[in-house]
Amino acid sequence: MTYTRRETLVIGAGGIALLAGTPAMASAVEEAIAAFTGGAEIGESGIEINAPEIAENGNVVPIEVSAPGAEEIMVMATGNPSPPVCRVSFGPAAGSSRLSTRIRLAKTQDVLAVARMSDGSFVQTTRAVKVTIGGCGG
Amino acid sequence: MADVKPRVKIPSSAKAGEAFTVKTLISHSMESGLRKDGDGNPIPRQIINRFTCEFNGTSVVDMALEPAISANPYIEFDAQIDAAGEFTFTWYDDDGSVYTTSNGIELA
Repeated sequence: MTYTRRETLVIGAGGIALLAGTPAMASAVEEAIAAFTGGAEIGESGIEINAPEIAENGNVVPIEVSAPGAEEIMVMATGNPSPPVCRVSFGPAAGSSRLSTRIRLAKTQDVLAVARMSDGSFVQTTRAVKVTIGGCGG
Repeated sequence: MADVKPRVKIPSSAKAGEAFTVKTLISHSMESGLRKDGDGNPIPRQIINRFTCEFNGTSVVDMALEPAISANPYIEFDAQIDAAGEFTFTWYDDDGSVYTTSNGIELA
């Protein structure tokens, strides 16, 4: 099958439009991170997400985030229609910077956590979770 | 919202400065606002949007919840105390309701 020069251009433009669709979602996550960190540099160590590798039911996925020395942790589900999950700040009476809860995941995706440490620096980590049945209804 | 029942589990006593686990659960549908009913009309969002835990007025955790938190939100975290006192747990609903429960704790 041969394409004329005009057809090739049209197909190419379609491909670019498709590509442009995905970063739009990702940028919502990046914007939320930027709003949280104020554009500061983000480290990689000292934060951990504990989650099942495979979640059968996306409606109830148990996760645990811990970041020793963190004052505030933000959790996001990068593949959800609305990425933010929760944001928790630890007060003086907190025994550790650890929180576990149950979240909804729409599909197989990365869960991301960003922590603000007591010295003002930021760390983040991601954890891939495979979801068998999505949990956002609709 | 009807039938909202907060439940909290903490030890009856704890050693000063030693971290212990606090578990909380509240019955709530956490309607995400993304679902549709049988006729295709969107079901309005109604979630618990904030949870706080305080010990004698000092903050333990202050959490902002989004629709991505599962129904019947379960929250588990660590606390530590220097004296006997009372934990106050507060959940804030989208419709303006506030659910509160308190638990006393002794020093071991």
